[in-house]
Amino acid sequence: MSAPLLAVRDLKVHFQVRSGGLLFADYVPLKAVDGVSFDLAAGETLGIVGESGCGKSTLGRAVLQLLPVTAGSVAWLGGDLTALDKKELKARRQDMQIIFQDPLASLDPRMTAGDIIAEPVRNFHSGMSGAAIKAGVQEMMAQVGLLPGMVNRYPHEFSGGQCQRIGIARAMILGPKLVVCDEPVSALDVSIRAQVINLLMDLQQAYGLAMLFISHDLSVVRHISHRVMVLYLGRVMEIADRDALFKAARHPYTQALMTAVPIPDPDKERAKPRVAVGVDLPSPLNPPSGCVFRTRCPKATQVCADVVPPLESAGPGHEVACHHWRD
Amino acid sequence: MNAPVLDIKNLIVRFATNDGEVAAVSDLSLSIGKGECLGIVGESGSGKSQTFLAVMGLLARNGSVSGEAIYGGVNLLTAGERALNELRGNALTMVFQDPMTSLTPHMKVGRQLTEVLIRHRGVDKTTARNEAVAMLKRVQIPEAERRFDMYPHELSGGLRQRVMVAMALLCGPALIIADEPTTALDVTVQAQILDLIRRAKDELDTAVVLITHDLGVVAGLADRVAVMYGGRLVEIGEVHQIFRAPQHPYTQGLLACTPRLDDPATATLVTIPGQPPNLQNLPSGCSYHPRCPYVMDRCRVERPVLTPGVSGGLKACHLDALVQGAA
Repeated sequence: MSAPLLAVRDLKVHFQVRSGGLLFADYVPLKAVDGVSFDLAAGETLGIVGESGCGKSTLGRAVLQLLPVTAGSVAWLGGDLTALDKKELKARRQDMQIIFQDPLASLDPRMTAGDIIAEPVRNFHSGMSGAAIKAGVQEMMAQVGLLPGMVNRYPHEFSGGQCQRIGIARAMILGPKLVVCDEPVSALDVSIRAQVINLLMDLQQAYGLAMLFISHDLSVVRHISHRVMVLYLGRVMEIADRDALFKAARHPYTQALMTAVPIPDPDKERAKPRVAVGVDLPSPLNPPSGCVFRTRCPKATQVCADVVPPLESAGPGHEVACHHWRD
Repeated sequence: MNAPVLDIKNLIVRFATNDGEVAAVSDLSLSIGKGECLGIVGESGSGKSQTFLAVMGLLARNGSVSGEAIYGGVNLLTAGERALNELRGNALTMVFQDPMTSLTPHMKVGRQLTEVLIRHRGVDKTTARNEAVAMLKRVQIPEAERRFDMYPHELSGGLRQRVMVAMALLCGPALIIADEPTTALDVTVQAQILDLIRRAKDELDTAVVLITHDLGVVAGLADRVAVMYGGRLVEIGEVHQIFRAPQHPYTQGLLACTPRLDDPATATLVTIPGQPPNLQNLPSGCSYHPRCPYVMDRCRVERPVLTPGVSGGLKACHLDALVQGAA
């Protein structure tokens, strides 16, 4: 693999949550992301999966410095983003973009599609002529499958899938090197979802984009990712190449997630074995000692309560944080 | 099939809007047998939810309905509010998508549950409490007595949806209408909720209508599947037939554009081109014709009616037989 575009090391994002106290509030830390490390190369997609509250969106935003990072480093082409001041960071931002889950809510309702897509260009290339911007917008719209006649329409005149195409065009127009996709297809209908997935994969191919693809949907993540990271309560449970992970998941949590995904085939779906896990996510304000997953884990033993399992190698490029992955 | 629990005939649902009248459901007929699970599949705007809101007398105020929905010899569409109140929550129950907005936020879970029993079965408070707690245990809510005295916001999404299922089961209903019951839930929780519904169906012989956009969920639970598009039924058949040999190009397209965990990952997903139809401006002839790969001249002018397909079931398509595995 070539030198990584992005190298995240021991990233922590802790929020202070007020827990009572009348005059002098007491605060407890909520460890939304707690010691996450990974590399991302150009042209590579890292899928980030986990259930709600696992910290996957927080991680995506922290990488882009949209949230204050508590500790750790985010190295972009060798330079640490967390050490940059506002001005330097702004200059970097044209390389890094984000696509959000709710396509309508992430577009300004009072701006036309054309203005929305042109806004990043106006922000970063203030000297550019109106005609050049217009040409760029038209070209980008064609690439994401929007018709030229739609340029003066407002977001509410578009369907969900088209709004998401506008969001993608806005993210792509500056020619970014990294795009964080935060549940970009979760709000879309089945037939539109496939169109948007294909569009994202085509754009990645065409521009050699690095993508962080955040999703709760394992089927989609498997389709689009080269590598996959599984998060639980802010910690990495398992990270591996796509095929290795989906053929031989080592972590009981990954296994539980995978066997819980319904398969659109009546015979397979009814016959498949399931790794059952406990019902409820523990409070992230008071995570379990040792392995955070142990309260729901079918394999948990005393050592899981006493010792935090480190990420261990379970094969080439395959790391797993479990005391019992060999069992 | 045994005698139907619910028999819907020629159901039409219309909404009066500022832009004129919109037909959300057009001429829909189907029936649900005792202990049967009927999956209703379709994208947003297909009419899948409105069909059953109409049956339950829960349409928005600008909605009007015609046709028949016979339950126990009574046409629910003309039965009137008083008769419906005797049936709703008793013999006919619903589980909605979002458990936070479908539970009353200022009432303890226990009161919301016992209300159903006191209202419909006339039992006293103590009996109601005992039965309600027993039902909470039955849907595997840990510490059921303690949860009984909690408010909905104190429960996680998964527990809230269990409360909804418990409420739907309390009076031993003949039919449960589950409208996207697991769409807001994480996959591991989804699997548990679907297990509960499956158990109710198997052990209590309850009929279930499962409305969802997720073909995997349908594959695991449904006995028969109805596919809706643009407010009409386009295909209905036994679950294996629908998944193995779909007779309508739309069903075939939906299956093909769903990424799945059991398939070898493919480079590009098959897509259905275009957008779901706008109900205010439905295409002529077959509503699906602008997106259909098999479109013929006839499809643009003549709307197909439901006819028996070669592999069983009914389909509304002018093609005599669909080539399998072609999409």
